[in-house]
Amino acid sequence: MAFNEEFEVRIPSDTAEGQAVQERIIALLEKQQFSARDVFGVRLSLEEALVNAIKHGNGMDPEKQVYVGCWVDDEKARIEIEDQGPGFAVTDVPDPTADENLDKPCGRGIMLMRAFMSRLEYNETGNRLLMERLKNQPDNDDD
Amino acid sequence: MSSGDTRKLDIEKIGDVTVATFTDKKILDETNIQIIGNQLFGLVDDVGSKKILLDFSNVEYLSSAALGKLITMDKKVKGAEGKLRLCTIRPEIYEVFAITKLNKLFSMHENRDKALEGF
Repeated sequence: MAFNEEFEVRIPSDTAEGQAVQERIIALLEKQQFSARDVFGVRLSLEEALVNAIKHGNGMDPEKQVYVGCWVDDEKARIEIEDQGPGFAVTDVPDPTADENLDKPCGRGIMLMRAFMSRLEYNETGNRLLMERLKNQPDNDDD
Repeated sequence: MSSGDTRKLDIEKIGDVTVATFTDKKILDETNIQIIGNQLFGLVDDVGSKKILLDFSNVEYLSSAALGKLITMDKKVKGAEGKLRLCTIRPEIYEVFAITKLNKLFSMHENRDKALEGF
């Protein structure tokens, strides 16, 4: 399959490195004329996913790396992120919108990614995430 | 610590309300959020403000880590028997609050004037 843009990198478990990859992906989307709303959703989701991989997955361990793959074509952007941590069960993450969890400061990242990406899937181990955003995806609440 | 020197909030006093305007467009990364959190908490712990209004007019991005910090701030203000309000939140950012249902937790207002009414 032909992509307009693609790259794969491995970065150390450092949030500054995560920021750099985030900027690289956003620049590709802007070059490929994804809408401002697409860019917003992808940037936010990338931030959440990379922080999860670096902090929760790899535990900021400098010996561990995070793999990031990005493929962009005319229809969508696909991003895959894998950490070297033990993984987790997505179903074990409590619903942050439940009344008893509403004032807890953590646990909203996955929910935001699900809302802003067109597709979000973890592998069985829970250490690899695939996410896609369709290009110029219309909003649910307007046009 | 040098990070404490970076000003992330513009502070004004309007009557008895402390208005804190975020200076960053992106409240995303952990380091920044930590600094912002410390400056916010300082309004309660050091300045002793009882009525705090957070102005989001500059904010274009907000991550879940930032939401977490705001929740902690809300608890801190309530713990000091104060009040916290949020205002001037652009639609994409409001959506982040709405998706996570935090629009139920926070007192959110369209603009500064409306937020100051009856504060």
